[in-house]
Amino acid sequence: MDLRRDVFQAIADPTRRTILLLVASQAMTAGAIASNFDSARPTVSKHLQILTQCELLRQEQNGREIYYHLNAKKMKEVADFIEPFRAMWEERFDKLEVVMKNYKNT
Amino acid sequence: MEQKTKVHAEDGRQEIIITREFDLPLELLFKAYEEPELFEQWMGTKVLKMENKKHGSYAFETSHDGNVVFRANGTIHEFVSNQRITRTFEMENTPFPVQIEYLSVKTNPWKKITNGCTHVIPFGEKTSYSSMGLKNIVRCCFIKVLY
Repeated sequence: MDLRRDVFQAIADPTRRTILLLVASQAMTAGAIASNFDSARPTVSKHLQILTQCELLRQEQNGREIYYHLNAKKMKEVADFIEPFRAMWEERFDKLEVVMKNYKNT
Repeated sequence: MEQKTKVHAEDGRQEIIITREFDLPLELLFKAYEEPELFEQWMGTKVLKMENKKHGSYAFETSHDGNVVFRANGTIHEFVSNQRITRTFEMENTPFPVQIEYLSVKTNPWKKITNGCTHVIPFGEKTSYSSMGLKNIVRCCFIKVLY
């Protein structure tokens, strides 16, 4: 399986990005993560499975509970790769929007 | 806050997809690409040539302190007003290979319904720069807009 590809597919989904943000502040159980969403529990589980498979999350057993932790190393790998490129376009497109709004008003 | 500009790249694939929603009418968004004076303002480059037609060509140049620091040019293969531009893109004096860019501009019907008459346009570009960071790949690049 192509890991890198999975990582980008993983972060392309808004729910999975929200999960990553939640877990970034503290390790959480699947139940605690699911309580933040309206989606059915199995849907959230599926998202957790994908995030774990591509190593953005790692699981740790704590007694009877499994806690999900953010794998910061993997996250950094993704961000280092794509973020500067994305930021460049974000800046240009922000400018485009401003330029054209001004243009419309003149 | 959700980022407005999204980049989707997959390892082993040639293309990078860039999408962005604008709070602008579609015609105005397209105009930002069509009019050299407007394009210069948001791209931060000087337009030396821009022939917006099939088999037309374009050239950009960016200077810093009187020195040219960036030059790019390409050929336009398809130009459909308010819809799409297909063109090649080549950075001069760099080892990067020529890439092909598909630019398309569309309204987002779903957003249009939910937001009444507001114009929300999803728009994207697809490009690939193996040599700029993607491993394993790439001889050419794409800029493509999303549907």
